[in-house]
Amino acid sequence: MSSELRYTANTQLEHLHARYTGTGHADLTKYEWLTHQHRDTLASIVGHPPLISYLAIADGEAIGRVKFEMTERMLQPCGPPPPKDE
Amino acid sequence: MSSPKSPRLVDSFTAPKEVLREFEELAEEENYDPFAETASKRQIASRQSDYHARRFNRQAIESADAFKAAEEGTEVEGGYKEAMRLQLLEKEEQRVKRVIEDKEKQAREEGKEKMDLDKTPPREELREAAEELAAATGTKRKRRWDIAEPTDENIPLKAEEKGREWSAEALEGAVPKKRRSRWDATPADITVGETPKRSRWDQTPANQGAETPLMPIIMNAPGFMHEDKHNRYLTDEELDAILPSSGYSIVTPPPGYAPLVRPPKLSATPITEVGGFQIQESSDAAAAAAAAGLAPELPTEIPGVGSLAFFKAEDAQYFAKILKEEDETELSVDEMKERKIMRLLLKIKNGTPPVRKTALRQITDKAREFGAGPLFDKILPLLMERTLEDQERHLLVKVIDRVLYKLDDLVRPYVHKILVVIEPLLIDEDYYARVEGREIISNLSKAAGLAHMISTMRPDIDHADEYVRNTTARAFSVVASALGIPSLLPFLKAVCRSKKSWQARHTGIRIVQQIAIMMGCAVLPHLRNLVECIAHGLQDEQQKVRTMTALALAALAEASAPYGIESFDNVLKPLWVGIRLHRGKSLAAFLKAIGFILPLMDPEYVSYYIKEVTIILIREFQTSDEEMKKIVLKVVQQCAATEGVTPQYIKQDILPDFFKSFWVRRMALDRRNYRQVVETTVELAQKAGVAEIVGRIVNDLKDEAEPYRKMVMETITKVVASLGASDIDERLEVRLVDGIIYAFQEQTTEDQVMLDGFGTVVNALGIRVKPYLTQIVSTILWRLNNKSAKVRQQAADLTTRLAVVIKQCGEDQLLSKLGLVLFEQLGEEYPDTLGSIIAAEGAIANVVGMTQMNPPVKDLLPRMTPILRNRHEKVQEATINLIGRIADRGAEFVPAREWMRICFELLDLLKAHKKGIRRAAVNSFGYIAKSLGPQDVLQVLLTNLRVQERQSRVCSTVAIAIVAETCGPFTCIPAILNEYRTAELNVRTGCLKALTFVFEYVGPQSAYYADSVVTMLEDALTDRDLVHRQTASVIVKHLALGVAGLGCEDSMLHLMNLVWPNCFETSPHVIGAVMDAIEAMRVTLGPGVLLSYVLQGLFHPARKVREVYWRIYNSLYLGAADSLVPFYPDLGELSEGQNVYDRHPLQMFI
Repeated sequence: MSSELRYTANTQLEHLHARYTGTGHADLTKYEWLTHQHRDTLASIVGHPPLISYLAIADGEAIGRVKFEMTERMLQPCGPPPPKDE
Repeated sequence: MSSPKSPRLVDSFTAPKEVLREFEELAEEENYDPFAETASKRQIASRQSDYHARRFNRQAIESADAFKAAEEGTEVEGGYKEAMRLQLLEKEEQRVKRVIEDKEKQAREEGKEKMDLDKTPPREELREAAEELAAATGTKRKRRWDIAEPTDENIPLKAEEKGREWSAEALEGAVPKKRRSRWDATPADITVGETPKRSRWDQTPANQGAETPLMPIIMNAPGFMHEDKHNRYLTDEELDAILPSSGYSIVTPPPGYAPLVRPPKLSATPITEVGGFQIQESSDAAAAAAAAGLAPELPTEIPGVGSLAFFKAEDAQYFAKILKEEDETELSVDEMKERKIMRLLLKIKNGTPPVRKTALRQITDKAREFGAGPLFDKILPLLMERTLEDQERHLLVKVIDRVLYKLDDLVRPYVHKILVVIEPLLIDEDYYARVEGREIISNLSKAAGLAHMISTMRPDIDHADEYVRNTTARAFSVVASALGIPSLLPFLKAVCRSKKSWQARHTGIRIVQQIAIMMGCAVLPHLRNLVECIAHGLQDEQQKVRTMTALALAALAEASAPYGIESFDNVLKPLWVGIRLHRGKSLAAFLKAIGFILPLMDPEYVSYYIKEVTIILIREFQTSDEEMKKIVLKVVQQCAATEGVTPQYIKQDILPDFFKSFWVRRMALDRRNYRQVVETTVELAQKAGVAEIVGRIVNDLKDEAEPYRKMVMETITKVVASLGASDIDERLEVRLVDGIIYAFQEQTTEDQVMLDGFGTVVNALGIRVKPYLTQIVSTILWRLNNKSAKVRQQAADLTTRLAVVIKQCGEDQLLSKLGLVLFEQLGEEYPDTLGSIIAAEGAIANVVGMTQMNPPVKDLLPRMTPILRNRHEKVQEATINLIGRIADRGAEFVPAREWMRICFELLDLLKAHKKGIRRAAVNSFGYIAKSLGPQDVLQVLLTNLRVQERQSRVCSTVAIAIVAETCGPFTCIPAILNEYRTAELNVRTGCLKALTFVFEYVGPQSAYYADSVVTMLEDALTDRDLVHRQTASVIVKHLALGVAGLGCEDSMLHLMNLVWPNCFETSPHVIGAVMDAIEAMRVTLGPGVLLSYVLQGLFHPARKVREVYWRIYNSLYLGAADSLVPFYPDLGELSEGQNVYDRHPLQMFI
């Protein structure tokens, strides 16, 4: 939180943002940000039936299976978190 | 009010001379603090009742942490048993006191009787009393002996219990170690640190030492502050003077006697005591106050604390240790810690907000480091200070709350102490204090756990003092809501069935009542269990328990309404039988319970139960007890509201007695009765019908007692308002209207009731009122000329209410007559009355229409113009409404020149305080512009942008926007753009502001004007002035939202490029406006475009940049997370090791 804005109305906005998953902050790592992107992508596909049937046809899988795999994939879409530096 | 001698009324008056002189004299007195009186009112203790003050009598005990003891295998002093023992002692003591008092009273009374015969009471009587007294104390000892502590023969038996945590201590308590009773314990025979176990007899008020960190908190500690010459100890000199010099000798104190360490005595000049301390010249507010001679001289700067907002004399006693400079190297670690805590507390309690904030954070962070003991030993006595004020209490409670959270289970030994201090908050009159108290207790119970809470609070459940039981019950209900009702149920069941004392049962049942009150419908899942828990209480031998049970049932039924009747099955019979058996208070409680259970019942069965209870209700109609009366009325109301009861039954069985007992003059005198009777009657009317009720009371409209007439009128008003007047037949109608006119004319105190009643009834009767209109209007006309301003005002108000009906009845003649008379009255000098008259004229104009209006609009309006200058709000509002109406409907009847004159007058109204007036004025500009064409009005408004006053300018801009809205933006935007070229800053800001409103109001129409304002926005967005850029951003926002989806993306993108660099602004309003504009751009340009802007800075090397960009990213993300998916950049090439960043699903295609 930038210090000069700490006492302004915008802090409320920042707090509000922090409450939601998928939002970021100045110290977000590449891995975290991309994980969110991937999850959003997967969620978006699962949430749009035409997209999911498109993928099902492309993969030659059942819609249900594709959906299941997408959902499973959300757990760690970009693999395990990289080791911390320190 | 003028004195009778004064020849004329003066329009302004001032305070009497003697009062002024008194104030002058007071001000001259040195050290006079005019706020002293209000200061004492701010103190919580000084405005509370005696009942609340009983909290100072409480004594807190150490509650042993049984869990810790079990874990560590150590014995903890002062456990549950100890608590129970102390509590029994206390109870016994109270009982004996009562016995002695009774005895004395009896003796006094008997003595009085015998006084006539014999002056000295007979010897044997005295002896008898003494014997009985001795017996009383004897039994007392015995009882305590076998209940509280194991007897000698028990000792060997308990050997096997040694492993249990309490037994060892019990043994210790039983063996020779001196039993402490009130007779043998004196303060002197306790040395500090001998044992932490103390009864209330051996507490020494000021015995604080670092070596006893866990000393009991003495709840009435501040008592010694009240020390004055009346109750201080006699000095040696005084004793010498009093006692004869011979025959007495001064006894040396016994060895080991340590005199009480007195706290530093407070005096009017604490400065001399705290030493080494001076008021700094620079110290802000307090210094100014001191200079003015207002504030008593107290330090506002404490070494190591800094300057404080205030410092009270009482604080010195608690914070004595940190008031003087000490050599810190000599202090032990514990002492240092103590001082640190005190400094932080002082900062929190007395500091300025920023100081307070940091101190609060520090104390929270270090809570575990400080430890529970040192913290609470300092906080809790502060909370029991008699001169505590709301704000201080709030802050200290907040400290406890934060600290509790950090300490968690470390808090266990202090649970009881905290409860003693916090429980009084639960019965505070201030709602927020109650909420705070609940919050703390609920956190406390979560930290300490149910078992510990129960073992700590159990002894208080049958405490001798009702106050303690009451607060404990409330605290228990909070525990129940925090930890769940089911976990507390077994305990509640046990307590409610306690055989040992009725107090325990009483409190147990009260806990259930409090749970119901506090948790509302959340009791439903546990309703059956809770009812079963207390059901047997209805047949308890103690009347108080029965009463409380009934009240608890009432609370449960109220909380669970309209469900859960099946849970009450068990108690129906005892309740209904009970009302035949009981009298007085308990009957009232039973009736209350029944009243709340009735609405839960099935309509089929309810009539039977109602019939049963009605007999008793009717009998109690005659009661003289106010409380009973209230409850009876409430129950009747509840009966009438249930579905199962028939109108027939109410008419036959309830109404006659009800009216006989309650519709009497006496009832109108007490405010509470009055309201209750009215409410109940209205409820009865819902069933019995308008005619029945109104018919019964209509004659009383001519009663000679005015309060009673008012009560009748109010009831009729409410009944007619909710049920209409179609039920009223012709005869009743005549009586009703007659009565109302009579009551209206005869009123001496002018208030709303009669007026409302008149208006409601006449409006309900509608066209049927036609035959009476002549009479009514002549009454009004006559009263309009009354010499009392209030009467005239009321007549005008009545006209306002009747105008619609008069029109309905087709009596246009009467209306025009009224209009003319009111018109003549416009010279009225009393503003309230004038306001009413104008409002009445407005109402007539409203129903008649501008064309038929008499006086004609062209005469009326010029008459209003000067009145616009009246500064009275009511007048202004009424006037502006009337003018607005005329401008809206009949502007063509008035010459344009007159309208322009009004326009100029209206500008003044833009300065009004009341928002309604400003809004009406602004709207009037719109109407006027519509009829005159916008040019002239716009010119007036644009010129007004040059004035100094901000509010006036802002309102002008709003008015410009409204003109633009009503006459089309094309009429205004060119003029505004032209005006923007003026060099004057105010004008330019005003123009921008006007445009923000224009675009806000016209919405999608802005698409036609977007291109024409782009150049101006370019200029404004690149201006050096912050406000310009801010306002321009707001315009961009409204514009962008207005044109979303209408094909203006090119110009919007251009504006976006101009807005974007402003995202690094820090001024709150500017950044707010810029962020809004960017969000609006998201809507117009789509999130993809925005994302491409944001991506540039998300991983910028400078944190300041990243922070801003991430904030924009976040709002973008929250606004359109899903639509961002296709726009995320392909970052597959960043993949490394296990982490693959390709979004494979998006790379598939058929």
